[in-house]
Amino acid sequence: MTIFAGLLLLFLIACAISLFFIEKLINVVIVFMSYSAVMAVLWLLLESPDLAITEAAVGCGITTLLFILTLKKVNALKEEREEEDEQEA
Amino acid sequence: MNRKHETDQEIERGKIGAFVDWVNADSPDIPAEIEYEHEEHHGEHHEEHHEEKTPQAQIRQERKVVSWMYRGGSLVCGLLLVAILLFTVQALPRFGEREVPAFNEVSQRYLEEGLTETGAVNVVAGIILDYRAFDTLGESMVLFTGSIAVIFLLTQLSKKAEGEEDGSKKCVESLPAQVIIRMVFPIVLLYGIYVVFNGHISPGGGFSGGTILGAGLILCHLAFGEAYTSRFVTVKRCTGVMSVALLTYIAMKTYSILTGANHIESGIPLGTPGSIFSSGLIFPLNICVGLVVACTIFAVYSLFTNWKAREK
Repeated sequence: MTIFAGLLLLFLIACAISLFFIEKLINVVIVFMSYSAVMAVLWLLLESPDLAITEAAVGCGITTLLFILTLKKVNALKEEREEEDEQEA
Repeated sequence: MNRKHETDQEIERGKIGAFVDWVNADSPDIPAEIEYEHEEHHGEHHEEHHEEKTPQAQIRQERKVVSWMYRGGSLVCGLLLVAILLFTVQALPRFGEREVPAFNEVSQRYLEEGLTETGAVNVVAGIILDYRAFDTLGESMVLFTGSIAVIFLLTQLSKKAEGEEDGSKKCVESLPAQVIIRMVFPIVLLYGIYVVFNGHISPGGGFSGGTILGAGLILCHLAFGEAYTSRFVTVKRCTGVMSVALLTYIAMKTYSILTGANHIESGIPLGTPGSIFSSGLIFPLNICVGLVVACTIFAVYSLFTNWKAREK
């Protein structure tokens, strides 16, 4: 079990560091979400299921939704897609 | 001379504009430079362009210096923060040790007497909604205040926007999303209600259950749009439900604090631990907190989606 927890912790560190090098905001949000999901599993391993449920619901669900909504509102998603289209064309 | 004066002004504005773009997280460099190049090609006086190029090059140089300074500054700040955190972590007691300051008579009493005093099998629910219910009231109040602020700000703005254009009730029509969300939506709601109602028996409670309920409502709003969700939940109803839930919370907790703190029998049956209708006030308090959280999340989300930024 300690090996499993260690792997999850390594994943968390990798997530946190990779945030620096990701340029697309939508990918940052998705990495952030996976961080929260793994964190929820870790809370469960630390025998605090209450926190695990809250982390999964708030960190994974609501925060991601609100981030994506904000990106949509400031037109960050649309511009990225247009840039992609230009590169392909 | 007149033309040169104009370009100088434009360069000046470009500087400020670049800063504004930087604050707004736009990337200013490429479009600004392209504009300048266009002007150069369409210009008639060639002699002046050589003079114009120098300030542009200078500005580019300045921008480069600023961006390197920005990077260096952020690196120093980040390393400093890491050092401070690592230094602090060393002072923490080891995980799960008996001699930690948090392991005192208070937590011992919670663990030993919690079940008999609160009647909640889930000790966490017993702590946050019985021993420390005042704390939870503050947390719900924070959510309520935040959502009221958002409602106050965004309804003022959207009222103006609605007069000009009524495009807010549209939604993205996506058949796969609609089919899946039609299947998942009732299950999500049911699970949220289960988590709220079982807060004193199993892990979970008002906050997490309310978040699941709110997420379910958001999913529904996402797939079917404002016109569909406004049939059963609107921002107005959300504020009403939130206020009623908070007032109920305050009334119930005032009663229990007034009686319990003065050693008067409150007359609230604790019931048999483990059944749904047990543990006194924790069950209704959980429902109140869940309603506040769910309504806050949904109200904030629907206001943000409906709010339309004014055209530039």
